[in-house]
Amino acid sequence: MDGRLKLHVPEPEVRPGGTPDFSGVKIAKAGSVRRPPVDVDPAEIRDMAYSIVRVLNRAGEAVGEWAGTLTDEELLAGLKTMMRVRAFDRRMLMAQRQGKTSFYMQCLGEEAIACAFRKALEPGDMNFPTYRQQGLLIADDYPLVDMMCQIYSNRRDPLKGRQLPVMYSARKHGFFSISGNLATQFVQGVGWAMASAIKGGDRIAAVWIGDGSTAESDFHSGMVFASTYKAPVVLNIVNNQWAISTFQGIAKGGSGTFAARGLGFGIPSLRVDGNDYLAVHAAAKWAVERARRNLGPTLIEWVTYRAAAHSTSDDPSAYRPKEESDAWPLGDPIKRLKNHLVLRGAWSEERHVQAEAEVDAEILAAQKEAESHGTLHTGPKPSVRDIFEDVYEVMPPHLRRQRQKAGV
Amino acid sequence: MPRMTMIEAIRDAHAVKMAEDEDVVVFGEDVGYFGGVFRCTAGLQETFGKNRCFDAPINESGIVGTAIGMAAFGLRPVVEMQFADYVYPAYDQIVSEAARLRYRSAGDFTCPLVVRMPTGGGIFGGQTHSQSPEALFTHVSGLKTVVPSNPYDAKGLLISAIEDNDPVIFLEPKRLYNGPFDGDHDKPVTPWSKHPLGEVPEGRYAIPLGKAAIRREGSALTVLAYGTMVHVAEAAADALGIDAEIVDLRTLVPLDVELIEASVKKTGRCLVVHEATLTSGFGAELVAVVADACFYHLEAPIVRVAGWDTPYPHAQEWDYFPGQARVGGAMKRVLEG
Repeated sequence: MDGRLKLHVPEPEVRPGGTPDFSGVKIAKAGSVRRPPVDVDPAEIRDMAYSIVRVLNRAGEAVGEWAGTLTDEELLAGLKTMMRVRAFDRRMLMAQRQGKTSFYMQCLGEEAIACAFRKALEPGDMNFPTYRQQGLLIADDYPLVDMMCQIYSNRRDPLKGRQLPVMYSARKHGFFSISGNLATQFVQGVGWAMASAIKGGDRIAAVWIGDGSTAESDFHSGMVFASTYKAPVVLNIVNNQWAISTFQGIAKGGSGTFAARGLGFGIPSLRVDGNDYLAVHAAAKWAVERARRNLGPTLIEWVTYRAAAHSTSDDPSAYRPKEESDAWPLGDPIKRLKNHLVLRGAWSEERHVQAEAEVDAEILAAQKEAESHGTLHTGPKPSVRDIFEDVYEVMPPHLRRQRQKAGV
Repeated sequence: MPRMTMIEAIRDAHAVKMAEDEDVVVFGEDVGYFGGVFRCTAGLQETFGKNRCFDAPINESGIVGTAIGMAAFGLRPVVEMQFADYVYPAYDQIVSEAARLRYRSAGDFTCPLVVRMPTGGGIFGGQTHSQSPEALFTHVSGLKTVVPSNPYDAKGLLISAIEDNDPVIFLEPKRLYNGPFDGDHDKPVTPWSKHPLGEVPEGRYAIPLGKAAIRREGSALTVLAYGTMVHVAEAAADALGIDAEIVDLRTLVPLDVELIEASVKKTGRCLVVHEATLTSGFGAELVAVVADACFYHLEAPIVRVAGWDTPYPHAQEWDYFPGQARVGGAMKRVLEG
């Protein structure tokens, strides 16, 4: 101590070349965290912002008060959905590498969160997602070909070639248009939920944000408005540990957990094992029920790990150890659900291998069809006229003049 | 016919639309119980209930951000920024989100939203209660930008803005709230009750967005102005006996190029006036439009009068404000040029 001030810049435990170490990550035993009634006084569950709700234990059994929200059939469907998401990501990543599009983002390792969450919502509810919730669409049976056409920005792209790949929009599937700017949707979804309450309906909103983007002021704006007006909304933070190359400690600072951000707002705040399909579904259902019963918002920090790169534009080995993903203590969501179903006698290794082949074939067929409508650099493209459409409902004179100048 | 101040006309536009359309909701800082610091929403909460008109946290990005979500839901939110000077925290939500939602989603989601804000100086507001940021919005595709200059227009334009299916930035020159201020700050302002445009019909009427109005016909030169400067230019022309044609633009985007072109081709001379800072101000766009459409009809260089390229000062407010002397002087230059 020389009496001079010193700036504190947080650093992750390990950088490339080091040995991954998650010993500092405290993980509650599966089944050990209680399931309070949905109308619980938020003050009584403040501890839950520091624990982790888990259902599947290491042996693959479903244990504790949060277990039992899904049937065998629903679990098998969930497994299949996650497998489709993973296979979809794999094919689209490859398509980007082959130059068929400019950009892609996988959700490898995080599939359970969006896939299981979607199953806790009803038709008419609205998600305000980030770019890593493709599982919401696939779990709602949005056509894979349409997703791919968007990624390829081809003639059949529902967004007419205007958006970066994966910035989908699908109102009918409860999926708000993805901006590409971070966190803006977090507060918008709160407004959507407020509108639903103003109209006295029963539709609720779910907003999504990543650990890094909780540092944006829009996150705090969303929390203020959700808390003030008790908006019927589920506030989801997907903590996948990494914001491109920046570890979660840069956004979190000294607060302990992201879920704890909710405590000052008086919002019930949970931390949940995001790689546990059963826990995700059970916690989502709890929060959705709270919103639907006009009990107000719930904040959920989904604890997971971004097993792949942020996008096709970065190489994670430059900022974190390659082995870190394997060392992640909450495992892989697909493997964990598969093991559970095998243990239940509802699934087997053989059927899993067979299902993988079926899913791959389905994705490949969809890809073939999508590519028949063009890819970014070859084949049919959206019209140049589409540049000028939809800026306004009715094209004003100055845009008509510019369109004429463009020769279309 | 009822006579109203601009404040009353704006309040009436809200009330008319709220009565007509249950999807119209109004919120912002102090707009609920109290009715707004300029009283533009007074009585709305009492009439339409807390569900339709309510106070918001002091968080402009949150106000606009939640309003965008409400608009996407299907409501028609009308939000107030307490001063235009406070809109900047909401700028990202307006520019990156509201303005582009229809485009980026190919019409899957839309954003029928009005963001109202008092603009301009003249009330000793200093640099944080006096700015005219219209050019920051006119530069953004997907937005419409409106600046009324009188109670009759304010009501009709605000009704159009609320009925529009795209986001509209509605800038209210606060120096005009209580009367047609002509830049002469030493004499008391004439009340709107004594001005023909203070006559405001009851019920619904709409003034289409994108249409300018000729406030005073003339043949010597065309003055392109909006908001407070319309009245300053009128007074300056009257004082000097100049036969100026004064065009009140009313809507900046979409701009009524047709009317501007016809007027400048008729007079052959053009002066552009605004209170906002000069450099990259909306006047630069107007000069470019006129040069493009009327170059061979011009008999003199186009001249601009604007606020100085400095922050808006407090004590020296009237040295900053482009009053009658500067506007009149510029008219003479255009006529001599």
